[in-house]
Amino acid sequence: MAETRDVVIIGSGPAGLTAAIYTARANLHPLVIEGEPSSTSDQPGGQLMLTTEVENFPGFIDGIMGPELMGNMRAQAARFGAEFRTVKAGKVDLGGPPHRIVAGDEEILAHAVIVATGARSLMLDLPNERRLLGYGVSTCATCDGFFHRGTEIAVVGGGDSALEEALFLTKFASKVHLIHRRNELRASKIMQERAQKNDKVAFVWDTVVTDVLGADALEAVALHNLVTGEDSTLPVHGLFIAIGHVPNTDLFQGWLEMEDTGYLVTQHGSSFTNVEGVFAAGDVQDHVYRQAITAAGSGCMAAIDAERWLEATHAADREIAETPRNW
Amino acid sequence: MAENITTLTDTNFNEEVKGSDAPILVDFWAEWCGPCKAIAPVLEEIASEQAGKIRIGKLNVDDAPATAQQFQVMSIPTLILFKDGEIQKRVVGARGKGQLLEEIAAFL
Repeated sequence: MAETRDVVIIGSGPAGLTAAIYTARANLHPLVIEGEPSSTSDQPGGQLMLTTEVENFPGFIDGIMGPELMGNMRAQAARFGAEFRTVKAGKVDLGGPPHRIVAGDEEILAHAVIVATGARSLMLDLPNERRLLGYGVSTCATCDGFFHRGTEIAVVGGGDSALEEALFLTKFASKVHLIHRRNELRASKIMQERAQKNDKVAFVWDTVVTDVLGADALEAVALHNLVTGEDSTLPVHGLFIAIGHVPNTDLFQGWLEMEDTGYLVTQHGSSFTNVEGVFAAGDVQDHVYRQAITAAGSGCMAAIDAERWLEATHAADREIAETPRNW
Repeated sequence: MAENITTLTDTNFNEEVKGSDAPILVDFWAEWCGPCKAIAPVLEEIASEQAGKIRIGKLNVDDAPATAQQFQVMSIPTLILFKDGEIQKRVVGARGKGQLLEEIAAFL
């Protein structure tokens, strides 16, 4: 018979791990389905696993490396008894409670489910992008910057992530072209100033990438200027993509209410979704703030909401009448 | 590191990989690469569970840049499977254990 849990947390970024710390401390023995290794942000620890220095998480005067911060959060949750499965949730049935989650070969029943699956990086969807991924086209600046020493490269995007990657890559590259579809950045002021002061960063405004070119490895990017209508090619040794995110909500289609953009809908000022016993936290339900600290904060809210909901419904003590029996 | 994982360098690469009787899966990695660290335990498990069928080699790109360049590694982790000294399979980017086993299933 399937294992039954008070709380199952799907996702292991700042939201999921904070929810794990809080529910573990409330003796709810949470199980965290943390995901599988990958070279995108869709991995245990989430988006911060691909970043270097995190300078705005309160409590770290000199900043902290993203993977280290996530390692600490995981260890902190484990210290209070949170359990982890390094698999992806493959299927859910939120027709409960109890709700059902298929993770790897296991089926798990959960009274309360906290959805913290976050968001993943968008790709450009170019004809040759997949073919050259890993051969000059990259989604991970910290992994691949090393291979572009002394070369010219490009970063596409205009937010904080794009600028952070561009600045990081100036340590290796001779020049970093920052390609952005508008003529102004949406990144924070401090990141904009740093990029503008850096001699190695060159801005390519009002421009989109239309394809990546090269036989066995990236040699150039094809560009289109949205204002002048002009097409051009820019020879580069590497292209790093940081154009934004989409929420990881495919798994919950048909079960949870979501916006047209795929973000989960929560009741204002809480983590409650439209399904009883299902709570959402972090970037999966937030397209406004999307910070590690806001994700952590909403993970805490989800843990408290789940704990109070479990107490109020006594779900944890209830006979699981809905479970099919095998006699 | 597990006993059945071989550390590869620019010096011993030919002997260990080209001269290997069993297929060998070479992991190009580095200390500063998060996804590389995430798959390290996966590779250790595969090394012990598939002992005798496949060998695992680890090549640190900081320590062995010439070999990394020879195989045009531009992204890590990159995993290259060699059999009789020939490249059989190339996997770029981290994978979960199940996915990785599927990628190399033909050689187990």
